[in-house]
Amino acid sequence: MFLDAGGRAPLLPQARAAFLEAVDQGWADPRRLHAEGRRARVLLDGAREAIAAVVGARTAEVELAGSHVAALHAAVLAVARGRRRVGADVVVSGVERAAVLAAAEFVAARGDGARRTIGVDRAGRVDLAAFRAAVARPGVALAALQHANGEVGTLQPVDEAHEAARAAGVPLLVDAGASLGHVRVGAEWDLLAADAGDWGGPAGIGVLVTRSGVRRAPDWPEDDDRWFPGGVSVPAALAAAVALQVADTSRERDDAVRRRLVDRLRAAVPATVPDVDVVGDPDRRLPHVLTFSCLYVDGEALVTALDARGFAVGSGSACTSSALEPSHVLAAMGALTHGNVRIGLPPDVSADDVERFVAVLPEVVADVRGATGVQGL
Amino acid sequence: MTDPLLVDARGLRCPAPVIRLARAAAAAEPGAELTVLATDPAAVHDVPAWARMRGHAVVASSGDDGVHAITVRLGGGSAG
Repeated sequence: MFLDAGGRAPLLPQARAAFLEAVDQGWADPRRLHAEGRRARVLLDGAREAIAAVVGARTAEVELAGSHVAALHAAVLAVARGRRRVGADVVVSGVERAAVLAAAEFVAARGDGARRTIGVDRAGRVDLAAFRAAVARPGVALAALQHANGEVGTLQPVDEAHEAARAAGVPLLVDAGASLGHVRVGAEWDLLAADAGDWGGPAGIGVLVTRSGVRRAPDWPEDDDRWFPGGVSVPAALAAAVALQVADTSRERDDAVRRRLVDRLRAAVPATVPDVDVVGDPDRRLPHVLTFSCLYVDGEALVTALDARGFAVGSGSACTSSALEPSHVLAAMGALTHGNVRIGLPPDVSADDVERFVAVLPEVVADVRGATGVQGL
Repeated sequence: MTDPLLVDARGLRCPAPVIRLARAAAAAEPGAELTVLATDPAAVHDVPAWARMRGHAVVASSGDDGVHAITVRLGGGSAG
């Protein structure tokens, strides 16, 4: 049972069909002028047009990247370069994706600026007053605030942050990598990034939408594909667009089903498993994400034990990452970082799936705790 | 106030430092201060989170040469 649909969800069947069709029809290089190349170009532009329609942008404002990380890096680098005369400071929330934090650090250090990292509350929501104050200072090239946090599900006050950024004349990058296809993203952004793998499209397609009027410049060598040198796979782009249309069409129905199931998990997990820290905002959140941490439990052992029982879940614990660093999101929130389980319900999840997980979890946690003799601590 | 008790969890990985601290806390009196030494970066976040869940208070936290020292004052009652 796959309960780790965050960042990399199972490919939707309609996306798979579109991909296979486009392998036949759009295999050629879309930069070439022959009929085959033009056919690939039509498919690629059609994919951008479909994505533009869902996010409420013009097709010319939509660019496709080889990954969500590449989209985020390019957004930060290009705006920092375009606005280098303004300054080199970048304002970010402390729970942005690692790609945003690293890119902000990179451009700030290079330009003799600073990355101004704004803290979050226990629910993971950015300190809006501090964010407003930081963007209003002189020398800010760019501000970044995610639409929602993909690890804990908490929605960010993007509307208010955008108002503050606009008042200061600073472009706001909104990372909707965990939101697009799941919740309404709205129009309060200057740059919008998203991830096709997260909404049931293929891996290997990131989206960057830049409102015309945002000052930016490539910070890399020239290429026919100016913003993402080399371009992207046309079949993957088409499948990504089809998956987004499908996800957007069924969004409200999927939201109702998954939101209720996450509510069920939020109530059942702390009621049946002792010493659990359930993380994130219970109401203003993504419909399908839930994270909790089990005291005295090794996250890797827990993920492995659940996998052995047939449940695929994610984790933000240090022992599950190659870097041996715990999730910076959990750390910024003051949440327990060990024994962490991250659930992302796929759109086709059933109530039975969730009930089976609820039934098995207490025993699995007790087994892992029993192996280290921590009962009664 | 008693003298701080020392829990050496250097070289241990999460969740072992918190477990070792919790064992020491279970044997200590309410109001006692325990200091845990840890090299695992997760301990910096997990010791305060454990203290919050158990009703203890973090009274000091410092890091030097990759060794973190975190001092916790145990809450009252039976929350060991």
